[in-house]
Amino acid sequence: MSGDTPSIIAFEDVSKWFGTFQVLRDVDLSIGEGECVVICGPSGSGKSTLIRCINRLETHDRGTVRVHGVPLGPGERLPRELRGKIGMVFQSFNLFPHMTVLRNLALAPMRNLGMDKEKAEETALSYLERVHIGDQAEKYPDQLSGGQQQRVAIARALCMQPDILLFDEPTSSLDPEMIREVLDVIFELTDSGITMVCVTHEMGFARKVSDRVVFMDHGEIVESAAPDTFFDAPREERTRAFLNQILHYEASA
Amino acid sequence: MIGLFRRPWVRRALSNWIQPAAIAGILVFAVMRGAENINYRWQWYRVDDFLFTSENGAWAAGPLVQGLFVTLEISVLSLILTLVIGLATALLRLSSSVVGRGLARGYLELIRNTPLLIQLYVMYFVLGPILGWGQTTTAIACLAAFQGAYTSEIFRAGLRTIPRGQVEAGDSLGLTRLDNYRYVILPQVLRNMLPPLTNEAVSLVKNSSIVSVIAIFDLTTQGRNLIADTFLTFEIWLTVAAIYLAVTLALSTAAAMAERRRAGA
Repeated sequence: MSGDTPSIIAFEDVSKWFGTFQVLRDVDLSIGEGECVVICGPSGSGKSTLIRCINRLETHDRGTVRVHGVPLGPGERLPRELRGKIGMVFQSFNLFPHMTVLRNLALAPMRNLGMDKEKAEETALSYLERVHIGDQAEKYPDQLSGGQQQRVAIARALCMQPDILLFDEPTSSLDPEMIREVLDVIFELTDSGITMVCVTHEMGFARKVSDRVVFMDHGEIVESAAPDTFFDAPREERTRAFLNQILHYEASA
Repeated sequence: MIGLFRRPWVRRALSNWIQPAAIAGILVFAVMRGAENINYRWQWYRVDDFLFTSENGAWAAGPLVQGLFVTLEISVLSLILTLVIGLATALLRLSSSVVGRGLARGYLELIRNTPLLIQLYVMYFVLGPILGWGQTTTAIACLAAFQGAYTSEIFRAGLRTIPRGQVEAGDSLGLTRLDNYRYVILPQVLRNMLPPLTNEAVSLVKNSSIVSVIAIFDLTTQGRNLIADTFLTFEIWLTVAAIYLAVTLALSTAAAMAERRRAGA
């Protein structure tokens, strides 16, 4: 898939260290426009760091990251107009607790897209409808369930009309009964044309939604394949071991 | 009878009203007795005129109320400046700039480890003439520099309570750094800081009495001048203290109400 479309995100020989610990090892990865890529791997394997290097919440130390064709060297931040075009959904939601849901959504479009309040709130409401919580607009985040908060966070990212959406373990801090509602919302976005990169442990979701699954271990990309190939015929021993662990667990759960 | 004291409303009334009233009563009694012992002749009736005067039916502020206005003016202006200095210092201390951190730290230690009165003298006799500042400007700058040092520590603690994720969320939405502070971080910091900030405002009002040493006609100066004229030492000082108390209690009450309103939101 990545070969057919122009790449919107590209890692070229990217390495990063936290002190003496190398979190990313010569990562090469190209993600095509509109592609949905799931990144999985054991904890500490560098998955989160990798996607945080895309919107530059982290910067790398060697190599080049290309976003929208803009080459970013070590330590370089994103130009702000690009930053708004890359939405991010966090594990811990990170909604602004002192604002209503509606204001959470409307703030960035008002400040950055030049929308007036009315237009921004109208847009915000339409995205809230899209994630099925139009009736919660006037509430504060702590009045919502975890699943609802995460859906608000997704709607908030969508309000900036991003080309790329990054999900950093979006369901990892949710109670089990709420995981489904969030994954459903993400699934509904797959035909929106937005490029999606999702770090997750939800393998059923990865198989159903992604165009490609990337497996990371110890800071390097071990295997990258279409979901059917990845799950049914993994090439690498390390992938098999990981899948064994995680799928075995899922089967017994 | 003992059971009565266990009832919640009785206990609440006791702790809220009856105890303070009893303590105040004892204090007043002690002062009166003490004054009696030294043959002090109370002349409370003369104090009215120092608060308000009326000429031909028109009310005007007496010296004490005029002094109160000066105190309030100095307090309000230096409170605003205190917040600016406090925030700027806190941001510098948390910044990645070595020079910035050093400057902030130096300022903080200098202010915290020298007496306020000496700071005021240095500003009034040394810096004031160099910079061409008058008394009022010097007074405001001095109070703000003093209180700003303490307030910066409150801001610093407040800024640290904001989870990193909040900043990152603002960043990832493309907010500028300024917008991130203005809409996301500072409102949360200020909400957490309301109780300690009230304390700072209260000490600022109280500390403002020190400007009386550089011939500013604030509440304290007016009180002292009146005593020099009238020898009503007890009445005037008690009145001046009561006025300060009224101002600071009003501040605390307003802050408590604001906090309750926000907690309800």
